[in-house]
Amino acid sequence: MAANNYRHALFCAIVTLIISFPILGFNLEAKGVNIELTGAKTSTIVAVILAAVAVFVFQAYRDSFMGLLGKLPKLNPLADKEPMEQSKRVKLESWVLTGIVVLALFWPFVVSRGSVDLATLVLIYIMLALGLNVVVGLAGLLDLGYVAFYAVGAYTFALLSQYTGISFWMALPIGALLAGLTGMILGFPVLRLRGDYLAIVTLGFGEIIRILLNNWTTLTGGPNGIGGIPEPTLFGMEFGRRIKEEGNTSFHETFGIAYSGEHKVIFLYLIALVLAVITALIIRRFMRMPVGRAWEALREDEIAARSLGLSRTAVKLSAFTIGAFFAGFAGTVFASKQGFISPESFVFLESAIILAIVVLGGMGSQLGVILAAIAVTILPELAREFSEYRMLIFGAAMVLMMVWRPQGLLPMRRIHITLNKQG
Amino acid sequence: MQDLLYFSQQLINGLTIGSAYALIAIGYTMVYGIIGMINFAHGEIYMIGAYTALIAITGLTALGLAWLPLILIVALLCAMIVSSSMGWAVERVAYRPVRGRHRLIPLISAIGMSIFLQNYVHLAQGSRNIGFPALIEGGFNFSADGAFEMSLSYMQITIFVTTLVCMTALSLFISRSRTGRACRAVSQDLGMASLLGIDTNRIISATFIIGASLAAVAGLLLGMYYGSIDPLFGFIAGLKAFTAAVLGGIGSIPGAMLGGLILGVSESMTSGYLSGEYKDVVSFGLLILILLFKPTGLLGKPEVEKI
Repeated sequence: MAANNYRHALFCAIVTLIISFPILGFNLEAKGVNIELTGAKTSTIVAVILAAVAVFVFQAYRDSFMGLLGKLPKLNPLADKEPMEQSKRVKLESWVLTGIVVLALFWPFVVSRGSVDLATLVLIYIMLALGLNVVVGLAGLLDLGYVAFYAVGAYTFALLSQYTGISFWMALPIGALLAGLTGMILGFPVLRLRGDYLAIVTLGFGEIIRILLNNWTTLTGGPNGIGGIPEPTLFGMEFGRRIKEEGNTSFHETFGIAYSGEHKVIFLYLIALVLAVITALIIRRFMRMPVGRAWEALREDEIAARSLGLSRTAVKLSAFTIGAFFAGFAGTVFASKQGFISPESFVFLESAIILAIVVLGGMGSQLGVILAAIAVTILPELAREFSEYRMLIFGAAMVLMMVWRPQGLLPMRRIHITLNKQG
Repeated sequence: MQDLLYFSQQLINGLTIGSAYALIAIGYTMVYGIIGMINFAHGEIYMIGAYTALIAITGLTALGLAWLPLILIVALLCAMIVSSSMGWAVERVAYRPVRGRHRLIPLISAIGMSIFLQNYVHLAQGSRNIGFPALIEGGFNFSADGAFEMSLSYMQITIFVTTLVCMTALSLFISRSRTGRACRAVSQDLGMASLLGIDTNRIISATFIIGASLAAVAGLLLGMYYGSIDPLFGFIAGLKAFTAAVLGGIGSIPGAMLGGLILGVSESMTSGYLSGEYKDVVSFGLLILILLFKPTGLLGKPEVEKI
């Protein structure tokens, strides 16, 4: 047994060397028309060898390591505790959520402009993740083209403002409804498909939308994108230094305060906050309504749910449409925040990031998804020197989560009743 | 005559690309046939194969080796070894621990792996695309009256011949060898095969290794054919190859070959007669249509869902 262990460990170490040494150890460099091969830094090569040694040691003493790991959960003080009582937990969760919202309300007035801008982006991701959470977490439909609906919302606002001069407040419902409609039209045929096929079809659809946006130059401006998207107004008050549209007044003149660029940023942030809270509340309601229960039932066991009389298409379609609707919501806010959009912002990677947020937070759990969205957007900003490793870490985190904790960091707990233990 | 030559040119181009797609598609279809999951990271393994081949070619040329067939064979072997080790490792790390869980869990794990590998190469080799030297140059030219020349390059012939050799070898392996027989048994019924004494874990590993080595072959061939590679080029190629696998009927090896050829031809016809920008739209559209109307593909067997 021991010899076998060592042989396996040696094999694993050699494989580690094979898969890391050629790619990490040599750098291809283009010098004019020729390509040159240069050796990597000594530190990289040392790291590769150390990795191989680490794999060898781990595999050779795998059993003892696993034994140690088995003891580790005892170090976690919460592991032995009884799970919190249902009503208490729900109360705690609402308090935490309310606390976050109250904190978020005062936040922009004490921090720098850059932080508020980042926080607006976090809120957009929260909206997206909450919407995708309905589709993936609750209804169990893996949607890899979610970013397409985000793009529909953003482009609706951009195009309408360019051609008809529509304002943000008009565009918000139109963008969301159009995105929802797109979701419905796409969802109608594809929702019959089995889970993994659905994932690939939505991925293909997302790519098709992006390619169309990129190539339909006369309408969308192609890769150059669309600029000059107006900012939101507050009851006809503009936040710019000069009024752009006739009939509007400007915010700083109305209130007799000095003009400051920060007003606009804070206002956008507050709009995003309100919309994110609305999104969370509406979805929270949906989760408790019959349709929300139907989503989960269908996710858990399709055959059983259908035999109880649930219409598969209607239930799935409602989840898909609602998810798309909120993506359109977020898209409109995004277009307004950036003032400029191009197909670059709607690549598959964006879908993958949103999916990673939902997966990390715990599929179906709202609090988990919100916290994950905050973490995933802010952490790379805090550790700028590691920002190029961001996607690498995301990928690894998705794999590790699926292997060790597929229910996510803060898993959703269903409302349930337990009988008291007898005796 | 002119039109016919133009058409045959598109046909040749399409068959070239298509046969390379078929090589990648084998990896998808074999894995799906055995464990029923979409190996999303397969496109990245193909990309890593192309990178390794380029590194080997550049290194060997720098060492002063000049005999082309030797360079190509050594590069091919290096690419196959690295890719198949990668395929094996990916299965061990990301797929085996989640095998048998809910369908979405392995898929999400595979997407994570795909993102990881893409960025692994991106960080190690940079994100710019790198020129792949055209080692095999020249070809035959046919012309009717000198206006339009149809060409069949040696590179295209190499792709055809290599694909043909690989496919024949694979078919023989699957139908004749002991491991191949075990592969077929496992794809029919994993539980039963394991009861009959087949080491299913080994067979699954073998499937990943075979798929990855064929992807490495495609990586070298397509890298040379396109003339440049970058860390993202595995993603789209992987999707195309998956489309090919679904088109032919996922789980069926002859289906993957047929699907690859059909996809390649329809793609080159689109770029030849419509516009090159929309060729991806056509292949994804094709994928969506097939999944909607004939999810079992052209040569696939219908899947019965048991309760």
